[in-house]
Amino acid sequence: MHIKTMAEFMAEGIQPEVLFWVGCAGSFDQRAQRITKAFAQILDKVGVSFAILGKEEMCTGDPARRSGNEFLFQMMAYNNIQLLNGYGIKKIVTACPHCFNIFKNEYPALGGEYEVIHHTTFINQLIADGKIIMKEGGAFKGKKITYHDSCYLGRANNIYEAPRAVLEAMDVELIEMKRCKTNGLCCGAGGAQMFKEDEPGNKRINIERTEEALATGATVIAANCPFCTTMLMDGVKNKEQEEHVQVLDIAEMVARSL
Amino acid sequence: MQIVQQILFVLLAAAAVFLFARKVREIRRNIKLGKDAGINDNPSARWRNVLLLAFGQKKMFKRMTPAILHFFVYAGFVIINIEILEIILDGIFGTHRLFAPYLGGLYNILIGCFEILAALVLVSCAIFLVRRNILKLKRLNQGELNGWPKTDANAILITEIVLMALLLTMNAADYNLQQMNVHHYYNTGGPFWVSGLIAPLLSGMGEGGLVALERTCWWLHIAGIFAFLNYLPYSKHLHIVLAFPNAYYAKLVPQGKMDNMKDIQNEVLYMMEPDKAPTDAAAAEPHRFGAKDVNDLSWKNLMDAYSCTECGRCTAVCPANITGKKLSPRKIMMDTRDRMEEMGRNIDQNKEFVDDGKSLLHDYISTEELRACTTCNACVEACPVSIDPLSIILQLRRNLVMEESNAPQEWNMMFGNIENNMAPWKFSPDDRDKWAQELAEA
Ligand code: SF4
Ligand code: SF4
Repeated sequence: MHIKTMAEFMAEGIQPEVLFWVGCAGSFDQRAQRITKAFAQILDKVGVSFAILGKEEMCTGDPARRSGNEFLFQMMAYNNIQLLNGYGIKKIVTACPHCFNIFKNEYPALGGEYEVIHHTTFINQLIADGKIIMKEGGAFKGKKITYHDSCYLGRANNIYEAPRAVLEAMDVELIEMKRCKTNGLCCGAGGAQMFKEDEPGNKRINIERTEEALATGATVIAANCPFCTTMLMDGVKNKEQEEHVQVLDIAEMVARSL
Repeated sequence: MQIVQQILFVLLAAAAVFLFARKVREIRRNIKLGKDAGINDNPSARWRNVLLLAFGQKKMFKRMTPAILHFFVYAGFVIINIEILEIILDGIFGTHRLFAPYLGGLYNILIGCFEILAALVLVSCAIFLVRRNILKLKRLNQGELNGWPKTDANAILITEIVLMALLLTMNAADYNLQQMNVHHYYNTGGPFWVSGLIAPLLSGMGEGGLVALERTCWWLHIAGIFAFLNYLPYSKHLHIVLAFPNAYYAKLVPQGKMDNMKDIQNEVLYMMEPDKAPTDAAAAEPHRFGAKDVNDLSWKNLMDAYSCTECGRCTAVCPANITGKKLSPRKIMMDTRDRMEEMGRNIDQNKEFVDDGKSLLHDYISTEELRACTTCNACVEACPVSIDPLSIILQLRRNLVMEESNAPQEWNMMFGNIENNMAPWKFSPDDRDKWAQELAEA
């Protein structure tokens, strides 16, 4: 399977339907690369015409902005917007809620206006349009699944239902954690915490969240964010449950059910 | 005798209103220490928020028990105020139950409803006291509440209980006097619904005793109300007023959206496209990045601080606080208010603010607290009075990083990586599409 870059589309003189913004985690982090590949396979399979930016993609500046470094954020945003506008990008899909949030809410003020979709919403639309058809029963039919709302998709942007609708389409038995939807508990990675040690405390946030997820008795913890996925996997390992409980992005679950 | 009471009453009322007005001006001045926030778009959505969040207390209903109890106290407070109007008019004109003759049978029903509310307020406040002091709910007993905040909370609850008890006792004495056809005590035609139950206990007191009791309760009750009015501005209880404008000015855009810094946006633009830079040097006036002190924040941040009820709903859901970190969003709001009031006192003393060598950052809020925030928005979502603690945290962080270059080593490395490798980790930009190559080979 060959994934075309924007530069290749440009050379052919055609515009893809959508740009797949991979994000730094999805590009470099080994665990997150699996999510990226799964989503790319879904797009390929249903025949969506999509491009990536390839080596031209850059950090959106989210961790810089959230930690207080507005200069660096503005630099990154400037460069990204030049690039995206240069290619005439209209529509972006991304598997990272941090990238999603910053494109949707913060780039427009800087001259970067795009239709931005999170991959769980995109997948949900493909299911609704009958383009994604799960193989008989789906790989997770009847399985006990719990779903972790990421802060940047949930509270930050009020998207709670699309990912759940995808899980529903896979016929899973969804068991909600007590803290879910607007009350969902953070995985501990946001606000650039991912890139530093925790401040002194008596517990790590991902452990607190993982304990809650494990208490549901689910065999899969479904997530929608590469950072949450990493955090929760670390938590599951810490609790020595990795043989019984998987942490999977919704795209990975769908890819396995095709 | 009557005229003396009237004069005393008018003087008391005037003093209460005068003192309150002076304090209101001070609060207004303090809020305006903040920067302009340019919030005035979309009035219909804003009024909707006032209806839902302030009048309807939508967010309170995330926790049912306190929501219902609080609703009684709130409804009691608002509705019993109608009776206070009558009490004030009676005080001025020396009348007694001025509205009764005009309303006829309806009067008894109204007062009966007020009494039921008063009883509900009394019981609710008692339960609140138990939750605070005996059950010791965690969010009502955390460190930042030690000292004045705890005293404040209990003082309000006890005052409410006393006020309601006075009101009911007054009505009970009044009913007995009505039964005895005592002059001046207009016969409203029947016992009120709650005080009617206590009235028999007082029946043996005799006319003189009853009049004394009725007058004492009447005076203590209204004096208590005036005192309460003037206590409000010093207390977390100010939220009963400010929750309304605070809901109006609440953020309407998605919670995830951070405020843009236009000056830095332009600076970057002029750096990348020098031809766009303005030629007049005056545009490059020096300014402070982010917030170091309360006057660097917006006036909405400061109104937030005055609106905070110190309920701790934010802190109870804060992932950092839950896991034992120092950060507490409630404390962020309390610190902001304390510092703002300190700045206000400084201005009162010196006519204008004279540098006291202190600032919100460091002297009140530490770097450790600021660095613990995951920007998860749980505090913002939880707050029943539309407060945004995260906005303050992020502005202080900007000051830390951009003015003081005060970031943990790992963050500095992350900044370096973003700048040099276009990713927060130390990977080569050339490897960014390695996953795609792997897919192609698979
Ligand atoms: S945004 Fe920050 S302060 Fe607010 S709840 Fe989340 S971690 Fe705590
Ligand atoms: S900020 Fe809101 S939730 Fe937090 S203590 Fe104050 S009123 Fe309560």
